[in-house]
Amino acid sequence: MKYTDEYRDPGIARHLIEKIRKRSTHPISIMEFCGGHTHAIMRYGIRDVLAPHVEMLSGPGCPVCVTADVDIDRAVALAHLPDVTVATFGDMVRVPGTGSSLQEATAAGADVEIVYSALDALALARKDPERSVVMLGIGFETTAPTVAASLVEAQESGVDNYYVYALHKLTPPAMRGILDAGEVRIDAVLGPGHVTSITGWRAWEFLPREYGIPCAVSGFEPLDILQAVLDLVEAKEENSPRVDNTYSRGTKAEGNLVAKSLMKRVFRVSSALWRGLGEIPESGLALRPEYAAHDAKRLFDRLPPLGGGPSPEERGCRCGEVLRGMVTPPECPLFGKACTPARPIGPCMVSAEGACAAYYRYRSA
Amino acid sequence: MDKDIVTLAHGSGGEMGHALVRSIVDIFDDPILDELEDAALVPFDEQEGHCAGRIVFTTDSYVVRPLFFPGGDIGKLAVCGTINDLAMRGAVPLYLSAGFILEEGLPLADLKRIVASMGEVAHEAGVRIVTGDTKVVERGSADKMFLNTAGVGVVPPGVQISASSARPGDAILLSGAVGDHGLAIMTQREGLRFESSLRSDCAPLHTLVQAMLEASPHIHTLRDPTRGGLATTLNELAGQSGVGIRIEETSIPIHEPVRAASELLGLDPLYVANEGKLVAIVEAKDAQDVLRAMRAHPQGREAAIIGEVVDEHAGRVAMCTILGTHRLLDMLASEQLPRIC
Repeated sequence: MKYTDEYRDPGIARHLIEKIRKRSTHPISIMEFCGGHTHAIMRYGIRDVLAPHVEMLSGPGCPVCVTADVDIDRAVALAHLPDVTVATFGDMVRVPGTGSSLQEATAAGADVEIVYSALDALALARKDPERSVVMLGIGFETTAPTVAASLVEAQESGVDNYYVYALHKLTPPAMRGILDAGEVRIDAVLGPGHVTSITGWRAWEFLPREYGIPCAVSGFEPLDILQAVLDLVEAKEENSPRVDNTYSRGTKAEGNLVAKSLMKRVFRVSSALWRGLGEIPESGLALRPEYAAHDAKRLFDRLPPLGGGPSPEERGCRCGEVLRGMVTPPECPLFGKACTPARPIGPCMVSAEGACAAYYRYRSA
Repeated sequence: MDKDIVTLAHGSGGEMGHALVRSIVDIFDDPILDELEDAALVPFDEQEGHCAGRIVFTTDSYVVRPLFFPGGDIGKLAVCGTINDLAMRGAVPLYLSAGFILEEGLPLADLKRIVASMGEVAHEAGVRIVTGDTKVVERGSADKMFLNTAGVGVVPPGVQISASSARPGDAILLSGAVGDHGLAIMTQREGLRFESSLRSDCAPLHTLVQAMLEASPHIHTLRDPTRGGLATTLNELAGQSGVGIRIEETSIPIHEPVRAASELLGLDPLYVANEGKLVAIVEAKDAQDVLRAMRAHPQGREAAIIGEVVDEHAGRVAMCTILGTHRLLDMLASEQLPRIC
């Protein structure tokens, strides 16, 4: 397993940087959809080495960040039910809702378990049949298939104390939502590599076809990103919008068919509420009626009152605008002052995928 | 069945408690410990082969889940950790204590395996465990076992090593690859089925330090980058010495499985714990000599010069990335949590 070094070669990086500088003559504004890309771009200082008229905008691709306050509040309320364990991926626990975060709820006696996979949550349910285990189904097309797999297994093996709170979101509709809103100029899209390994790169063909803008699907190493930026610059200079797949080691045209069919079996496409973007039609996944017995919504009528405090936005947080690429994190008045990774106000400062966390962590000395 | 696990009766001070203590003492097999006095009376003079000098004294408590992990266990960790705390002042470690807090229900076989591991690593390191204590708490009041070790060592004359002694112009050396311990624990704990190549680097470092001191008396600062990782340690040293630190990303050794697992989990290996590595800040003119001495030692084979102390940006650490850009290498704000996407 030696795959990271060859994508971090300083010599090849310098060569790509030089080529980008030579090829780009027109201003170009590239949205990196994925928070993982924002993180890598900041970590390696890629912004600093690009030509000044090559602008990188961070997008909404941070699953934790786009989760709506009301959904966090419901998760916290679920965790406070005496017979319920909430299982979640790690970076969700510190995201503040309008009342508390899951981590603060734990300190107050709520039962929250960090898991690395929905199958771990299913194992928790098996171990303790007396408790209801609710897996928070957060994440894009990358995590939805494993959550689907856990539901199939729960159904087949009759683990009826296992529930999923389906908050999964789909990335192409969100990109469409941002473009349709027309709030920021976007000339090109750096496509999310991990997501595209599931959806297939054809999922991004609507970008050149309907919006006339190029998309380059990219991995997360510095050379992946530089190569993708070069592809986008060339597509723009040649005025030939297209989908380039620079992440061919991870993605195919049709994606992962097994994962896609698993998702289809368990979930149906529904509208979803995104922080910052609002309600977007056909941008989320809900459980199919066949899996209704495992839907955490069944527990909602037992929930105590939700949150009740001010939302991050009401406290001055501009995560919503950061997620739409309208402002960069340092433009938020709270950034680095009232809001830091140690005391985050908005989710973009919490998650390893969050743009504010990336800007803060990798600021210059 | 009851005979095979720790019960509250083991903590009662009665016969069972005595038997438990006896079994631990027998494993450590040290004549001073064997006396079972309330406090160990230890020899400390040149006739015993101890050099004259100043005494250093430290303590640390160990909580780790799981108790056993690839490359070590809580016992080895507790002995190495305290030896290393002493060694980071340039001391020769001499005596250790061991305090056990045992949770009711702990298998006795696990306890004995851990005690044996402590005895073994202490023996190899030439350090004696001379006093100790055991307590048993109810099920749910501890996570199987908590372990405290305190240690005493002696600093030879002329050695002046402190976290506040780094000076602009000094070279910064790292004894080997970072991130192994934290990722070995994390992948073990979460049942992530990685290749077995992830192993804790848990090891005593005092003989490495002694070899370095033989190469140069001008070692200003030593610290083992445990919790919080290399990045946090460098920030602490920059703060305590009131200097700036500049490091080169490409010069930091990281084993490939650590890098791959970090990428997958969304963690930064520079913030992941190590248990057998040290950072040394050394006068620049001696850096090559110290590096050579480190590389000749089993615990320093992958040692590298990773940067320098500067008189700009006091209290901060700047890193030159592989693309040649510079950025702040910040302190860890809170524990790293694996990402979702």
